[in-house]
Amino acid sequence: MPGQGLREGKEPRYQLGLQPKGFTDGKKIGKQTVVFHNRPVVLATASVAGPKEGKGPLGRYYDIVKEDTLFGERTWEKAEARLLEEAANLAVKKANLKTQEVDYLLAGDLLNQLIASNLAAREISIPFLGLYGACATMSEALTLAAVLVDGRYGKYALAAASSHHDSAERQYRYPTEMGNQRPPTAQWTVTGAGAALVGASGEGPVITCATVGTVVDIGLKDPNDMGSAMAPAAAETIWQHFQDTGRKPEDYDLIATGDLASVGKGIALDLLKKSGFHLGRNYTDCGVMVYDPSQDVQAGASGCGCSAIVFAGYLMKELAEGRIQRLLLVATGALLSPTSYQQGESIPCIAHAVAVENQRSVKGGAGIG
Amino acid sequence: MVKASNRQKEAYQQLLQKHTPSRPIFRNLVLAFLVGGAITTIGQGVLNFFVSQGLSPKDAATPTAGVMIFLGALLTGLGVYDKIGKFAGMGSALPITGFANSIVSPALEFKREGFVLGVGARMFQVAGPVIVYGVVSSLVVSVLHILVKGV
Repeated sequence: MPGQGLREGKEPRYQLGLQPKGFTDGKKIGKQTVVFHNRPVVLATASVAGPKEGKGPLGRYYDIVKEDTLFGERTWEKAEARLLEEAANLAVKKANLKTQEVDYLLAGDLLNQLIASNLAAREISIPFLGLYGACATMSEALTLAAVLVDGRYGKYALAAASSHHDSAERQYRYPTEMGNQRPPTAQWTVTGAGAALVGASGEGPVITCATVGTVVDIGLKDPNDMGSAMAPAAAETIWQHFQDTGRKPEDYDLIATGDLASVGKGIALDLLKKSGFHLGRNYTDCGVMVYDPSQDVQAGASGCGCSAIVFAGYLMKELAEGRIQRLLLVATGALLSPTSYQQGESIPCIAHAVAVENQRSVKGGAGIG
Repeated sequence: MVKASNRQKEAYQQLLQKHTPSRPIFRNLVLAFLVGGAITTIGQGVLNFFVSQGLSPKDAATPTAGVMIFLGALLTGLGVYDKIGKFAGMGSALPITGFANSIVSPALEFKREGFVLGVGARMFQVAGPVIVYGVVSSLVVSVLHILVKGV
């Protein structure tokens, strides 16, 4: 358990792809990791961001930056659906495909009954599976897209996630025009959507493996301090990923957690250090990348859109230009609801890790059978 | 792991102490004092105006409250009051302008759900508890007053 410096003792280690064949044909290794032997390819990604995000340090990496937060829609929810729809359509277009050719749309958001994804999926005629993983949705969607494509259940799967600051505020917190002060641990929900088209073959980085997280609940109850609540979940999943794959932190050029922000990032680093994994300059968190500290966002960014736009916008370009060869995206989610915290429940948290690697790195890299 | 044990929770709390940024209490206090003071000074100015027009100070309180509520509502509608609130905290939440903000902001927010289920049903979402417990505590105080001093 992370709170105690994670687990102690050694578990069997596996080399990626070297697991003896059995029921899973070596597709599952260790306790929680799946390996994609057919190497599903991230053919294209698209990111659509709001105006505040556009003014942030990564602004120039997003495909579309909106000028306002409603874009002519009547409600925040419709506006969020538009973000998702535009990101999804753009990712398909960038891969030179038509939406009819895409076999699955896997998408999720933060709103009740996944209404933003449902409204977006109404406009895009791709067979749709709605996912709820809170802010961990992007890596959940990528994992399942890779599973479907790797398993040859389809040729193309589109993974997408969205969030909108104002739709999240009105659902989780206060009306948007309400004047209240945010504590320094609070995070700012990203207005943005990211989509990634995963295909069976083609040009682009490949998804080699994914570690599905367990729910971790360290007993925190403050919805204004979700970085602290989620850090143990992130540390747990990263730890498990190293156990299952036999990889080490230095095997990755970059390990990026989803939205721990400045508070949670330091905690996750400490927890991993206690269990013997020293993550250094190759570790970052999407939540500290989206905004500049001068943008008055307290601890940093959060929301499904946070890891989605950073992955689809910035990280994919870093992979494409070879500045990073091997990426571990660990999107993190606080699985609370307004009802659960009003009823005094602590916050269940989750993190899923997905390894995305340039094809060159996969052929010659360490730890790959 | 599913849920952390009490021992793990305690250990985690210790770790958190190192990482959790402290609230800027002194800065918040000063800002709340200045902004709250400014709002109430404006209120006093409005009251003085009504008194100068011939109302008694007691009678002037009601139209003063009306003007301040109007100002709070107007600034909420213009999208300014939330920015003041982020900056001033309790300084802008406590005066009657803040009460107006807490009623107008849900009314604006939930207008999209219509006038009955949206504005009507959600308008007092934030202010409702204040009204309920305001009435309850005034009742308790009145009862105590009667018990101690008689009717």
